[in-house]
Amino acid sequence: MTDLLEIRWHGRGGQGAKTAAMLLAEIVSAAGKFIQGFPEYGPERMGAPVLAYNRISNRPISLHCQVTNPGVVVVLDATLLETQDVAEGVPEDGIILINTQRSPAEMRRKLDLEGRRLYTVDADQISLETLGKPIPNTPMIGALMKVTALMDYEPFIEAAEAQLKRKFATKPHLVPGNVDAVRRAYREVKSE
Amino acid sequence: MTIKALSGNEAVAQAMRQIDPVVVAAYPITPQTEIVQLFSGFVSDGLVRTEFVPVESEHSALSAVVGAAVAGVRAMTATSSNGLALMYEVLHIAAGLRLPIVMPVVTRALSAPINIHCDHSDVMGARDSGWIILFSENAQEAYDNVLQAVRIGEHADVRLPVMVALDGFVLSHGVERVSLLEDAAVEAFIGEYQPTVDVLGDEPVTVGALALQDSFFEFRRQMAEGLYHAPRVIEEVGREFEGISGRPYGLVEAYRTEDARAVLVALGSTAGSAKEAVDLAREEGLRVGLVKVRAIRPFPAAALRELLGGCEVVGVLDRSLDYSGQGGALYTEVKAALHPLEGRPRARGFVYGLGGREIGMEDLVGLMRELVPSGADVTYLGVRE
Amino acid sequence: MSVKPDMPGWKDIPRGGLILEAGNAFQYRTGDWRSRRPVWQKDRCKQCLLCWIFCPDGAVKVEEGRVVGFDYDHCKGCGICATECPPAASAIEMVPESEFAK
Repeated sequence: MTDLLEIRWHGRGGQGAKTAAMLLAEIVSAAGKFIQGFPEYGPERMGAPVLAYNRISNRPISLHCQVTNPGVVVVLDATLLETQDVAEGVPEDGIILINTQRSPAEMRRKLDLEGRRLYTVDADQISLETLGKPIPNTPMIGALMKVTALMDYEPFIEAAEAQLKRKFATKPHLVPGNVDAVRRAYREVKSE
Repeated sequence: MTIKALSGNEAVAQAMRQIDPVVVAAYPITPQTEIVQLFSGFVSDGLVRTEFVPVESEHSALSAVVGAAVAGVRAMTATSSNGLALMYEVLHIAAGLRLPIVMPVVTRALSAPINIHCDHSDVMGARDSGWIILFSENAQEAYDNVLQAVRIGEHADVRLPVMVALDGFVLSHGVERVSLLEDAAVEAFIGEYQPTVDVLGDEPVTVGALALQDSFFEFRRQMAEGLYHAPRVIEEVGREFEGISGRPYGLVEAYRTEDARAVLVALGSTAGSAKEAVDLAREEGLRVGLVKVRAIRPFPAAALRELLGGCEVVGVLDRSLDYSGQGGALYTEVKAALHPLEGRPRARGFVYGLGGREIGMEDLVGLMRELVPSGADVTYLGVRE
Repeated sequence: MSVKPDMPGWKDIPRGGLILEAGNAFQYRTGDWRSRRPVWQKDRCKQCLLCWIFCPDGAVKVEEGRVVGFDYDHCKGCGICATECPPAASAIEMVPESEFAK
């Protein structure tokens, strides 16, 4: 499975890491790719560090093991860096994308990391401005799409909008803000 | 056909929506809860005609479903783990009354110690209850199996209840690409329900009568006959389902077994991972293959003899223990199936993944590397000594 | 759930899943769950002990009948203490953990 992309999401219980993984799966699946999206279930509760995963491929995926060497890591909450090893298992050319107002260079120093590609985006601020609340999970999908180039911009935004409309079928007023958040994070993600 | 990103639970709930049973009685239990939750949503949204009966336990759930089925209608429930254990008494009643009830079972370890994660102890504990039991490799198969189970159980030569097992969390909560049939295609495939008993009908009938030394044995032999017909019916229904879906189904699935010296036998989602592991091991030059068992009741002994008879070693993966001291249930049954063969392959048992313990690619590839050369008859894979 | 090879094997654990030591919830550092941290302002505190009564995790440290601070290894950051602290005192402020990040 050479084209298999594995993603690990780090969040806190209640922050929507699972929702983000599921939404990404829906968006990419609608574009014709094969996907998996699954959380790691444990006894954790609100605020506890949680993990969720994606697998994405152009071929059917028969693997049902845990993801141990993700090519991409997404961190929804930078305070997790104090206690979690977010770089664990990430290969030399892997991507680490962090929701923070700080720069990738600062994050590299903080993580004391060599290799890997670091990106940051202030998804809290973006969601505050577009949704009125710090809900970073949806914008992080935009940033993820930019740094992985999994899909082209226009078809991605179209697919994201379609899935968000489905997700918020009973609250359609939330769709434009979420789409805006995704667009902004796509544009504002910072590389080294 | 619509392609959607769905969890196994969502896929099963969609199959139930399309089946539109007249009665569903269910009690929630992790990791099955979502099936019941989603389905009751379909009921309140008017997407099904189903009478939904919330009950106070799984014993009541299956009892209510048995009651509905003897009233001549399609009836379903779903459960997991301790819930299935609580149904144990009624499992035998459903089969003994020859009621073609379909029940998804999201597999989970049994207490104690309490554990909500995947293993197959729940289903294996119910395997001698007269139910047909199908395992699912992924969310797609869970959906497809639930639809086919209706036809298999209701077949005139079978008339027995069917469990569709899907791995807890791994499949129930993992989202995958699932191709759903159109509602009309499902309606045409499952057809109109033909009851063989209807206590509300015009003809008087007694259900659940006493059968003593003079007749009980004959009823049991009849029931066994229904199960003996099931392999043929499972294959027929599988071929017909392939016609409308493009996805073939049988009793077992062989993967790269043609020239294999060693063949793994596995159930459920692990069979999917094992296909990847077979590919990796073959890149190392190992001649290995996989047989995925879809139906464990009735047990596909003839099909396994045909596929495994020519290899040197068979490695059987069990996600449960049968406490016989001989490994797991699948292992002992595979050995029994191979026994009539002259020059039969050596069979080795691997117990793995109890209580959701992860089985990784390294475990599976590593196992295949040492499968042919040597090793114990029974190995506990991944347990700390 | 991470499984570490240095955890004890099946021959070395109590039978039946029993837990034989009392009070070992203390070893589980639920402080990792916290995204907001209660900060106690000593000079505003009236020592009413309401925070100590309401804390669901016993994470308000009290010595000789007086609040002396928080046990951040076990405080989950639920904020109940700050809510229960009488408005006249308002001695507990919930501060985002990001402000304490190194």
